[in-house]
Amino acid sequence: METRVFTCIRCPMGCELTASISEHGVITVKGNACIRGEQYAKKELINPLRVLTTTVRVIGGIQALVPVRTRGEIPKEKIMDGIRQLKQIQVKAPIQIGEVVVENLVDSGVAVIATKTVRKRE
Amino acid sequence: MNYDIVIIGGGPAGLAAALGARESGKASILIIERERELGGILNQCIHTGFGLTTFNEELTGPEYTQRFIEEVEGKNITVMLQTMVIEITKEKQITAMNIERGCFLIEAKAIVLAMGCRERPRGALNIPGYRPAGIYSAGTAQQYVNVEGRMPGKEVVILGSGDIGLIMARRLTLEGAKVKLVAEILPYSSGLKRNIVQCLDDYQIPLRLSHTVVAIDGKDRVKGVTIAKVDERLQPIKGTEEYISCDTLLLSVGLIPENELSAMLSVTFNPSTGGAIVYENLETSVAGVFACGNVLHVHDLVDNVSAEARFAGKYAAEYLNRTMEEELAVIPLYAGEGIRYTVPNQLRISRLEEQTIVRFRVNKPCSNAYLCIYFNDIRVDRKSKRNITPGEMGQIIINKKDISKYPKINQITITMEDK
Amino acid sequence: MYDVIIIGAGVIGCSVARELSKYERKILVVDKASDICEGTSKANSGIIHAGFDAKPGSLKAKFNIIGNQMMEELSKQLDFPFQRNGSLVLGFTKEDLIELEKLKSQGEINGVRELEIITGENVRELEPNLSKEVIGALYAKQGGIVCPFHFTIALAENAFLNGAEFMLNTEVLQISRVSATEEIPFDFYHIETNQGILRSRTVVNAAGVYADLFHNMVSEHKIKIVPRKGEYCLFDKCVGNYVHKTVFQLPSKMGKGVLVTPTVHGNLLVGPTAEDVLDKEDISTSEDGLKEVLKKASRSVTDLPIKQAITSFAGLRAHEESGDFIIGECEDAKGFFDVAGIESPGLTCAPAIGEYISNIMSQYLPANLKSSFQASRKGFISIAHASFEERKQYISENPAYANVICRCEMVTEGEIMDAIHRPLGATTLDGIKRRTRAGMGRCQSGFCSPKVMGILARELKVDPSAITKSGEGAYLITGFNKDDVV
Repeated sequence: METRVFTCIRCPMGCELTASISEHGVITVKGNACIRGEQYAKKELINPLRVLTTTVRVIGGIQALVPVRTRGEIPKEKIMDGIRQLKQIQVKAPIQIGEVVVENLVDSGVAVIATKTVRKRE
Repeated sequence: MNYDIVIIGGGPAGLAAALGARESGKASILIIERERELGGILNQCIHTGFGLTTFNEELTGPEYTQRFIEEVEGKNITVMLQTMVIEITKEKQITAMNIERGCFLIEAKAIVLAMGCRERPRGALNIPGYRPAGIYSAGTAQQYVNVEGRMPGKEVVILGSGDIGLIMARRLTLEGAKVKLVAEILPYSSGLKRNIVQCLDDYQIPLRLSHTVVAIDGKDRVKGVTIAKVDERLQPIKGTEEYISCDTLLLSVGLIPENELSAMLSVTFNPSTGGAIVYENLETSVAGVFACGNVLHVHDLVDNVSAEARFAGKYAAEYLNRTMEEELAVIPLYAGEGIRYTVPNQLRISRLEEQTIVRFRVNKPCSNAYLCIYFNDIRVDRKSKRNITPGEMGQIIINKKDISKYPKINQITITMEDK
Repeated sequence: MYDVIIIGAGVIGCSVARELSKYERKILVVDKASDICEGTSKANSGIIHAGFDAKPGSLKAKFNIIGNQMMEELSKQLDFPFQRNGSLVLGFTKEDLIELEKLKSQGEINGVRELEIITGENVRELEPNLSKEVIGALYAKQGGIVCPFHFTIALAENAFLNGAEFMLNTEVLQISRVSATEEIPFDFYHIETNQGILRSRTVVNAAGVYADLFHNMVSEHKIKIVPRKGEYCLFDKCVGNYVHKTVFQLPSKMGKGVLVTPTVHGNLLVGPTAEDVLDKEDISTSEDGLKEVLKKASRSVTDLPIKQAITSFAGLRAHEESGDFIIGECEDAKGFFDVAGIESPGLTCAPAIGEYISNIMSQYLPANLKSSFQASRKGFISIAHASFEERKQYISENPAYANVICRCEMVTEGEIMDAIHRPLGATTLDGIKRRTRAGMGRCQSGFCSPKVMGILARELKVDPSAITKSGEGAYLITGFNKDDVV
């Protein structure tokens, strides 16, 4: 049986989680104060996921950048590849909050969306 | 220019205060914001982690702000952007400046202070060495990277493990800089645990607890810093110095409520928070002047700012109906053992609602402790607390009905006691 | 060919330049820094000394008394902040009281007016925050405070307006004297700089801690300037009125000791230490130095509000081994004028030294008075200090005066634009800071530096990455996001 300890990142409480995986692949989680902790530990054990937040260059906007994030989580090990892909991207103002900037980031199936509206420079 | 309620600051606190005020009446409301858009510092906080308790979602700063801005729109709340308040009098006369109107006066019936906070600068720490370029507060670096799209450096050491410092460690790494380490003078981080995991551990950035920067090298631009271990009295231990070459030193060494305007009003301050002393309704020592958000005390989460500020707005609206100021019986609320401060600080029994939320911080990390309420020296409540650190804010409810059971009560104390 | 080249754009060089610019002469001021007021003049106590410290008969004593008495008129003419707030030298023991009496008579010999010994009670009536241990003090009503940046910049701007040229980022590498030839019928100096060769009939050596270097290039009588470091601690304006007068302790061999003073801008300043160093660029602060400053200052005042410290800094005094100023024409290099070893009370002496050099220059190189000389200059507009009506007026002239950029010191975009476009305007964040105080306040430029950088870039028509903190090498930005992501 393999046991690992995590600090939950689902909320600011930061519960200390102990996750064990049995020979039959059954995962048990202890130390969580809520269901999110259990879900987190299970994922963290098998395939850690993260939301990526960064910025993308804007052409013709009142700001030089638009902040963006992945709509959902992507595999943690793909974060830097995601950054590399976003380095190549430029978007034209105006951009609406929630607008898709990249449909499918590093083949994760997850889209990247703008998290702020950037108006056109007059 | 006349308004019933003037809210100074259009960040998360100011926005929620405006909504709180609107929900409680038809008063004319003005938000004054110095930047060119609402949202305050959240506009540069592009990471997620906002809104968990308010919206049950993990939003970025600008997204969280947008929800409030949309709510404010169409509620007959006037917003003045790029406007700086430069003076307030006790008579609630506000002097402001902006490009459109120049220098002008506003008369208010009630004022909500929601100016936020600022970062503690290097000088407050007196780190020896030169004064080269390349020393930034974490928030300034955040502005450069997240708003201007410019990198403040290539190789970075971060002093202080406050949340902004941790967040910036990840941001700078993602944007191509090498973050060499985070040094924290205390034996524990003042940031949230989740940020240590997802901002440092994920990127293998070392966190050196009980370490501080003892010297800065470089005459024109930072060339390196010397870090050293500190003893229990937080004094550097000779012989533990280590030179780290870097071109940038980021400081994330704490936040200070920005209370210049409150000082002009001569409100009474709480030295433990750097903010005003407030009653149960978030009213300062100056009648009709309320405070909320980081200008009152530095919060851990914006959700807590919004919740608190909504009340401040509501109470400001209620104040408009107050016909006269009267002397009311006041019970002081004290931070006892294990507690650094509480907000509010004074309760006026006749003005209490059924439940009063008391926000507090502990003065050291606690695990398996009891959070207690004492009326005089009688313990009236005891709750078990698993883990709580000075980096997070706690809250406890005081019930009016409990108070009414103890007619001789003349002080309330909150404590955090080891089991 | 210049008539005069002045090496050093500090308070002395600029004062000399202004005095010389009253005459029909071709004048050039050179400095290796990117701005005026970048050396000793930028990091000192900002005190206009009464003049009781200097040894009777010394140049320090002579110029101190004259300089002190010139300040009212000069500060009005050139519109820079100056206050005659008075100073106190504290005595803690009976022996100290004897020393204070000596200091008083020394001052009287020097010609200082209105010196008085007062009791400990009187001291605390004047300054309630002073230590209970104080049993008496020398009270000098003629003591004052000045903004060393605005003083120096005022002199420089006025010299510039009156025709003096300035070359910044110009480091003098070698100086040699060239004898008259048929082609050039007078002796002159050949000055090699990193910006090319300059030639001048005379040289004024006002190079601060580097004055020995230049003197020794042309003279056999070698001098030695030892940089004497002084560390300071600056406190928030909320404790700016902790004391009202400049509070000294008894002077020692190394200088005037640690003082506690308000500044003309309303902060509280304590310092300096006095430590001889080898490196002429060593303006680093040290842990021990800062501790010493706070400890010694705590002897003068009770409960020094240490938590209100907003920054610390160090400056170098140009201490010459002889202990006095070296002012005048070099014996074995005619036309080479030294103004060397200018340590305290150099700031006070600056206007008097300027006048003196001008007088001896007139003997060496006579020139006609300039009829177009403009004696006065309008200082910086300060919205923070303007009245409601004045603010309205300024804003109606330029709406940018309504856009506050630095919240701590309330400095507007208009004031920053002025600082850039005035004569010898600012090109760096530090230049803006010294002229407008943007970034000088309690947040120490956290909020305003990205904005100031943007305004500098816009007004100077350069990319923001070209803006520095204090000149070459002090870059602020290393590139765009993701540049280094490969």
